[in-house]
Amino acid sequence: MNALRRNVLKSAAGAGTVAVAVAAGLLKPTMALAGAPRTAFEAKSVGDALKGMGATAAADSKDITIKAPDIAENGAVVPVEVTSSIAGTTAIAIISEKNATPLVADFDLSNGAQGFISTRIKMGQTSLVRAVVTAGGKTYTAAKEVKVTIGGCGG
Amino acid sequence: MAEPMRIRATMAGDVADVKVLMNHTMETGLRKDSKTGQLIPAHYITDVTASVNGAKVLDAGMSGGISKNPYLGFKVKGPKAGDKVVVNWTDNKGDKNTAEATIG
Repeated sequence: MNALRRNVLKSAAGAGTVAVAVAAGLLKPTMALAGAPRTAFEAKSVGDALKGMGATAAADSKDITIKAPDIAENGAVVPVEVTSSIAGTTAIAIISEKNATPLVADFDLSNGAQGFISTRIKMGQTSLVRAVVTAGGKTYTAAKEVKVTIGGCGG
Repeated sequence: MAEPMRIRATMAGDVADVKVLMNHTMETGLRKDSKTGQLIPAHYITDVTASVNGAKVLDAGMSGGISKNPYLGFKVKGPKAGDKVVVNWTDNKGDKNTAEATIG
């Protein structure tokens, strides 16, 4: 219940819109609460993952920077850094499009956390690395291709 | 069992730069054991939360797509040197770990 309370407090302005969206059935309540639900992590395709996150309408944005190598020799460890300069960034998700389960991680940011995440991901094969940013109730996206020489997912 | 986690937090201007290194195998559940041919069961961190002085700043969900021994870096505006950063994780088997550090 804390998460609910925090969300409501955090976005006093946005709360109305969220409530309307929930009422209209556009968003499931779980989605409105804390980032992507577990089902999105189990999705087997990018489309399903985005759907699970409620981010199918994400708009391309030049304000998202993805820092990742052009060529990753070892797919098991690919450093990825996402910076969002969109004001009011509340969440960043990282998707490796051709992984067995594309959604790698999502990060909900609050209480002064900046639009920046740095981590290391696994990549099964050469594909786009996509970042999905939520800011002010809207979703934005950007992608960068990473060539993988040796896959890092199973096999 | 859970091994220690390392946190380094430094101030750069008015922004705290936090780096976390967790110890975890992060098995996806898709890999096969090369000797037995059996699938290695999934074992990975599913949730990570971080707070500064008790206020939650980061709530992350992860899948097996994060590399072994996950590294996580994030930035928080507002804290001062001497403030406490606490990081918790939970994995899909229910293991938990927590660590704290002082922003320097």
